[in-house]
Amino acid sequence: MTRRAAHQAQARRKALRIGAGSTIAVFAAVVVFVPMAPGWPAVQRSFFNAEVLQRTFPGLLDAFVLDVMIFAWSAPAIAILGLLVAIARDLRSPAFFPIRLLATVYTDVFRGLPVILVIYLIGFGIPGLGLPRPWNSPYIWGSLALVLVYSAYVAEVIRSGIDSIHRSQRAAALSLGLGHGDTMRFVILPQALRNVLPANMNLVVALQKDVALLSFVGPVEIFRQAGVYKSLYANFTPYVGAALIFLIITIPATRYADYLLQKQRQRQG
Amino acid sequence: MLRLEAVNKSFGANKVLDGIDLEVAKGEMVCLIGASGSGKSTLLRCVNLLEPIDDGTIWFDGQDIADPDLDPQPIRQRIGIVFQSFNLFPHMTAMENVMLAPRRIKRLSRASLHASISTLFDRFGLSDRMGHYPDQLSGGQQQRVAIIRALAMQPEIMLFDEITSALDPELVAEVLDVLRALHSEGMTMIMATHEIGFARELSDRICFLDGGRILEQGPPSKVIDDPQEARTRAFLSRVF
Repeated sequence: MTRRAAHQAQARRKALRIGAGSTIAVFAAVVVFVPMAPGWPAVQRSFFNAEVLQRTFPGLLDAFVLDVMIFAWSAPAIAILGLLVAIARDLRSPAFFPIRLLATVYTDVFRGLPVILVIYLIGFGIPGLGLPRPWNSPYIWGSLALVLVYSAYVAEVIRSGIDSIHRSQRAAALSLGLGHGDTMRFVILPQALRNVLPANMNLVVALQKDVALLSFVGPVEIFRQAGVYKSLYANFTPYVGAALIFLIITIPATRYADYLLQKQRQRQG
Repeated sequence: MLRLEAVNKSFGANKVLDGIDLEVAKGEMVCLIGASGSGKSTLLRCVNLLEPIDDGTIWFDGQDIADPDLDPQPIRQRIGIVFQSFNLFPHMTAMENVMLAPRRIKRLSRASLHASISTLFDRFGLSDRMGHYPDQLSGGQQQRVAIIRALAMQPEIMLFDEITSALDPELVAEVLDVLRALHSEGMTMIMATHEIGFARELSDRICFLDGGRILEQGPPSKVIDDPQEARTRAFLSRVF
């Protein structure tokens, strides 16, 4: 073993000892001290009640299907609208000025508003017009609110990706005689979208969670279903169950986003 | 074939091209030499219409291509340019890099292009590199692919912007060989270069640029071996 290798092995052993020691200490403290708190038995009964969890979990899973569906139709719509807005903001010709202005105002407005506010305004406002079925459904308008807000986020992310492509790539494409449209479609966007894939994955994770906000305008998805069970059993455990179900989905997605980011860092050396 | 008349170009207060007059005949090879910042690259980028000129005229095949109202795309298709930093598209293979413009502009199918483009790769010693991505190629190979990419549009004139400056010394020769081949086929070329030896060997005419002006021009035997201007002599003594 070289001197350097020996030194590194020793440093690794030391780091491992410290890491293991502090982890055990923290966990021990939680396990020993938290149950010693005066209110613990009550908290355990109303938040970590195995019996309530067992009875409500299947119902929560059923309700979660609605979250998944809202996500499933919102996400593609967001991808398309976000891309269109990003491209609209990059149009240079003066003839496209109104489109560019509209796209800029759109992103400014929807990036500047709290998601829940947009969901309230659209989710209650538009059905209030007295539209006939099915156009009075809060599913549709609640989803639209999510699509509008998240498309503004995605558009900004994609635009930053477009800006990150060096000018020389555009020059090379134009010098061959390619038009602006072809240059964008074949040269700039493929590279830009790849560069911002990790950032967009983070938005995917955020969207998965924000679907629950739709419960405020009506749809009985998992968060609202948990509220129903809470009232029924006078117990908060269904919320913990809902949290677990969300984590089963979001943790792998978050890990995957991190993995993509790391891979990209390596690629860029 | 190409004639520049009193071409002026400024970046802000910085005058980069100051009254350039230059005529290039069909089949001629013209080398632009001069220090960094003397205007060589800007001159080439203006001819390719990547930079608009402020004043003057650029005649190409009897047409004033510096007209600001002109659509630059059809002109650029007839004028090839190769850059110092290759500028290959990193997400495409060498073959896809070359095929993109002919496919989109001339609406030719991959199948019909494959034969003619393979021949180009073959000629420049890259037949086993067609499916490689740019980051899998050496600098010299990337630059040869960039030349093939420009040639695939069958341009009437080729512009080379210091195409060997970013290469390791041992890779310069393979790129210069390509230029020799093109010159022997009668391709019209303008080349900005620091390779004075190569410019002397191959060019029909050498222009020495200084401060955005063509200070001296003529055959290599005059400009390089018997320069009239003090600044040309000073420049040559520094690079030789």
